Formats: sequence, C-alpha cells, structure tokens
Amino acid sequence: MLSLGLLILNGDKKVIFKSSWLPWVLIAPQAFIILVFFFWPAAQALIQSFQQSDVFGTNVEWNGLENFASLWRDDTYLASFKTTAIFSILVAGLGISLSLFLAFFADRITRGAWVYRTLLILPYAVAPVVAGVLWLFLFSPSVGLASYMLEKLGVQWNALLNSNHAMALIVIASVWKQISYNFLFFLAGFQSIPKSLIEAAAIDGASVWKRFWTIQLPLLTPTTFFLLVVNTVYAFFETFGIVDATTKGGPGKDTAILVYKVYFDGFKAMDLGGSAAQSVILMFIVISLTVIQFKYVERKVNY
Amino acid sequence: MNYKKTLATVAVAAFASFSAQAQTEIQWWHSMSGALGEWVGDIAKDFNGKQKDYKIVPIFKGNYDESMTAAVAAFRAGNAPHILQVFEVGTATMMASKGVVVPVEQIMKDAGYKFDPKSYVPAVSGYYTAPNGQMMSFPFNSSTTVMWVNLDALRAAGISTDKLPQTWPEVTLAAAKLKASGHKCPVTTAWQGWTQLESFSTWHNTELATKGNGMRGMDARLVVNSPLHVRHIENLGNMAQQGLFVYKGRAGSAGANFESGECAISFNSSAAYAGVSKNAKFKFAVGTLPYYPDVAGAPQNTIIGGASLWTMAGKKAEEYKGVAAFFNYLSDPVVQSVNHKRTGYLPVTMAAFKMTEDSGFYKQNPGTDVSVNQMIRKTTDKSRGIRLGNYVQIRTIEDEELEQVWAGKKSAKDALDSIVKRGNELLEKFEKANKS
Repeated sequence: MLSLGLLILNGDKKVIFKSSWLPWVLIAPQAFIILVFFFWPAAQALIQSFQQSDVFGTNVEWNGLENFASLWRDDTYLASFKTTAIFSILVAGLGISLSLFLAFFADRITRGAWVYRTLLILPYAVAPVVAGVLWLFLFSPSVGLASYMLEKLGVQWNALLNSNHAMALIVIASVWKQISYNFLFFLAGFQSIPKSLIEAAAIDGASVWKRFWTIQLPLLTPTTFFLLVVNTVYAFFETFGIVDATTKGGPGKDTAILVYKVYFDGFKAMDLGGSAAQSVILMFIVISLTVIQFKYVERKVNY
Repeated sequence: MNYKKTLATVAVAAFASFSAQAQTEIQWWHSMSGALGEWVGDIAKDFNGKQKDYKIVPIFKGNYDESMTAAVAAFRAGNAPHILQVFEVGTATMMASKGVVVPVEQIMKDAGYKFDPKSYVPAVSGYYTAPNGQMMSFPFNSSTTVMWVNLDALRAAGISTDKLPQTWPEVTLAAAKLKASGHKCPVTTAWQGWTQLESFSTWHNTELATKGNGMRGMDARLVVNSPLHVRHIENLGNMAQQGLFVYKGRAGSAGANFESGECAISFNSSAAYAGVSKNAKFKFAVGTLPYYPDVAGAPQNTIIGGASLWTMAGKKAEEYKGVAAFFNYLSDPVVQSVNHKRTGYLPVTMAAFKMTEDSGFYKQNPGTDVSVNQMIRKTTDKSRGIRLGNYVQIRTIEDEELEQVWAGKKSAKDALDSIVKRGNELLEKFEKANKS
C-alpha cells in the first residue's frame, strides 16, 4: 500500500498521512465511542448537577448551586472525604508495596515460575462484587474462617459494629483484587531491566538488597508512577462494588467512600441532581490528583 | 386464474387465524425471586389459562431497588411496563409523581368492574390510598412485622413456652435468662428501621412523623425522637451493651442468623415463614410484636411491608382493560386465600381472611394468623400507614444512626435527634422537588 502514496513511514517512527481525510476516518469509530460513552454522560452529569428533578423526570427545575450547597451543609458528606482519603492511601500504598514485594520474588524464581505467576494473576479475573462477597464470608463474625482464627488469637472480630474492622475488610478485599494487576506490571518491569546491569553490580559486590534499591527500583519508577495513578483512580471509583457487597458504608458512615454515596444517591435513592453534583466533585478531585501526580511526582521518574 | 383464488383464500385464512390469536400482552415487572418467583409465574399461568383476551407476561427485573430504577429509566425512554411492583417505601415517590401512574380505582371503574375499597383490610388498603380517598395501587404482597421465637432454645434456658413473651419487659427477662444459660445471641432484629421504629410506632399508636406519618401531606416531618422512642432505643442499647441484643446487620440479614438457630428471638417480616419453615431445624413459633404495657393505646396495629402493583400511564385503553381484568382476578377471595396460604403474605381482603379461617388453615399451621390478627384491627390516624418521601435514604440514615447506638458510640437521644435532623432535610428536598 506504500505505493499508493497514502502514508509515509519515516525513520522517526512517526506516521505522516498525505491524505487530508483518511486520518479522520480512521479515528472516527474510536472518537464516536469516546463521545457517546464518555463525553455525553459526563456532560449530562454536569447539567443534572445544576438541576433538581423528581424521580420520573416529569418535573425538572434549574436550581443553580443548591445541590452543591446542600452537600456542603451535610456533615456526613464532608466526613466521607476523610474516609475516602484514608481508604485510597491504604489501598494504593498497600497494593503497590505488596505487589512490588511479590514481583521481586517471583522474578528471582527459576523453577516453576509459571505456577506462582498464574496464581498471583488469578484474582484479577474476579469481579469486584464477587471479591467483596468472598471476603465477607471469610470474615463473617458467625461463620467465617478468618474471624474464627482471629478469635483464637483473641481478637473479637465484628465488622458490623467496629469501624476499624470494617475499614480493614474493604481495604483487604480491594487490595487483593488489585495486586494481580500491579504484579503483572511490576514483573514486566523487573524483566525489562537488562540483566547485564544486575550482573555488573553483583560482580562489584553489591548485595541483593543494595542491587534492588540502587538499580532495580529507580529503573522501575515509570511503572510505579503509572501504577500510582491507576491505583488511585481504582481506589476512588472501582471499589464501590466491594463496599456495596460488604459493609454498605457502615457501621454508621465509617466506610462510606465518596463513590459509594454517588451510587447510593443515584440508584437507590434516585436523587439524580445530588448524585450528579457529587460525581462532578469527584471528577474534579481525581483530575486534580492526576494533574498533581503528573506535575510533581513525574519529575522523580527516570525514563 | 384458479391459483389466484387459492392464493387469496390462503391469505385470508392466514390473516384470520393471526388476528384470532392476537392477545393483548400486559407487561408485569416484579421483584420476586426463588420460590416467590415461581409463585408469580404460577399466578400468570393461572390467569392466562382462565381467559384468552389478555396475556400477563411477568418479568423479573431484580430486587425492589433495581426494578424501580429500571422502570424509571424505561419511563423516561417511553418504554414503561403496564404493571410495576413497587415496595412500600417507594409509595410516596409513586404517589407524588405526576402523569406517571393511573390509580387502580380508576382502572377498575373504567373497565366496569365493581370496586369496593371497604372490602380490603384497612391497614393494607389505607397505606396505598391517596388523601382524597382514591386507592392508588393494588396491594399484592403485604407482610407485617412479627416476632420469631426459637422454642427449643427458650426451653433449654428454662423459659416456659406456653405463652410467648408479649411485652418488652418480658422479652428482656427472657433474654437475660437465655444469656445466663450461655446463649450467645438471645435477641436480634432484621430491618431495624421497619421493626423497631416504624412498626413500633404504629403498634403503640404513636406518630413517627407528623401529619399522620405523612399520609396527610408532604410537609410532614419526623418526630421519631419522642420520649417513647428514646426510651425504647435506650433499652435496646442497654441490652446490646449487656450482650442480650446482638446486632446482625442491615436489611434482612439477621433472618439467616435466626434460621440457623444462632439467635433465639428475632424480629422480622411475616413473609420469612417460607424460609423458616423450610430451613429451621428447631421448633419455632410466631408471636406478635412486643409492646410497652404502660403506653396508652398499645397494642394498636403493625405496619405493612412488602409491595403493591402500580399501573403506569401512557398505555392504550384496551391494555388497561386487561390490567383491570388481572386485578379483578387477584381480588377473588379464592385466589387470595391460595396465595396467602402458599407464601405467608397477608390476605388483603376480609373475605379471603374469613375463607382461610373457615378452612381450618390457621388451626393446622399455628402462628400463620398472627400477622393477620395484628392487622385486622381498625386503624387510627396515627397508625394507618407511613408515606414519607426519599424514604429509602431515610431508612439508611436510621440504619447508620442505630448502628452507632449498638456500638455504644452515641446515646439513643443523640442518634434519634440526628435521624430527625438528617431525615427532615431529605423530606424538605422531596417536598420542594414535588410541589405542583
């Protein structure tokens, strides 16, 4: 097809199109999908956040910033900012450190490596709600294996009434799910480090630990940065299934992360204006977090 | 030329048979799964078999929340079903909506059926009747709050089971005896908002919210922090601290703890009968909800749970005739009696109750008439029903605040005050969003 003169591949690995309409046609399907499934709902959420409507949409009124104002007045909403912050830091922090730990050791295994890798990747195939139910059973105060063992150790496990236990439950379930994803990336990262660097350091007398800190970890910073962004978004958005299956935001409101309230208000309570206002706020939070990460944390990344 | 005649005859015959089989299809979205889902299927089969003009098509759309959300989306897209099963907490939303539903009384009258609101059990029909006296939806599966007792556990603790505990002091005493004998979970409750606040209020002829619990207007506000309510929640809170009352989670999750034999006394829906009779490996009994004997007017009547059938607007007249025919079928005392005996849901007409009683069913299955007895009484303005907007959210607020009391983090008064404050904000929002 090069003979048609439609596109030229030059040495810079950049594709230059001679035709003026072909690029647009090629992007059109993807652009259409992004428009319909991302921009349109986002725009609708923005519009709905300034409106007040009854459940069936027969009585829709503009009410300016009232939805946002009533959120500001709600103590429990403000408290859920703190809950979400704690939850996200725990999930992202534990998720990244644990999977880094596992990937490091999986990288060093020579015999039967595929067994460990398969087992570690398996949880990723489990849907968040299923993961939540799984851990709910394991930690059920009446019939759970884990709570039985905890009782033997002297801990009266009760996620229904103890906020710390409830938070631990959702953090464990969320991290368990995400470890596989992080593990995969870290493993690939470890394996893309040239063996010659490691061997050179070994010859120079560096211990395993020193090799990790001075060579492998710095070279992993692109992966770590990427996973930090992805894990933060995951902790903010994709964990509501786990919260809904396990604690439903309880006890009280101590595990009600922001996205859970968006889901509950929108789909259970059918307060579309309030829910849209909350998702707009959530969107801005995550956008700013991502911008901050790109602006400040990326400086530390060695490409 | 002959083939043209044959062709014409065949064509006419084909069309004729086609139109003769054309039935009006009525879409019915419901939330009954498992054994109850089979029950719905059997109802549809029975109705469809009895006549040929209309065909009821029941479609399971998920639990009550999910099917209501689906129906809202469908309505906004112009695709609503004919009949929608809506749970009792959605009643205010449905009633406040404009141009979305057609009152059942109107459907029946337009189709020429005799419709007598007085033939329905007052505590049931009153819940679904508008302030102007018009019955809005058809009561389909109504349950009420009852007390489930594990007789084996009580006997093992040395408690006499000739007469079940009737009052709250008696229940507390039984719980203490159970605990003393080493029982790990003397008392628990499911649906705490419904059993310990709403039904508790109507059972004691006390208002949960002003304006007859919202039946008389959208400007109703919560008053669930009255001295009686504070006293009751304080009692339960103390019981929780002493290990007499063990919290087992929101919604109906405590039902499983009772069925497994873990908890000895539980407060739950009368419709738990299906599960308990099937799964319990112990002798059980159903008792009335306990009351405080020193409160004037107690016991009055309990509040219903469950759902009713709403007819959505925007359909053709012929289809509404089919809906009316289906509701007429459901009102038949024989059909009602059969449904009541099978599921444990209340019979919604007095005639059906009498028929079931005369058949000796209650004698053969002790405890199945408890729920009905609690409801047959006449209602008062304070006990007729509850109709509050945004009630799904308010129930969640009740769950959240009560959990703080059971965990010992808040006093009963603070928790109930908080429920009133947060709940009233939601009621104001509802009133504003729905004023004409």
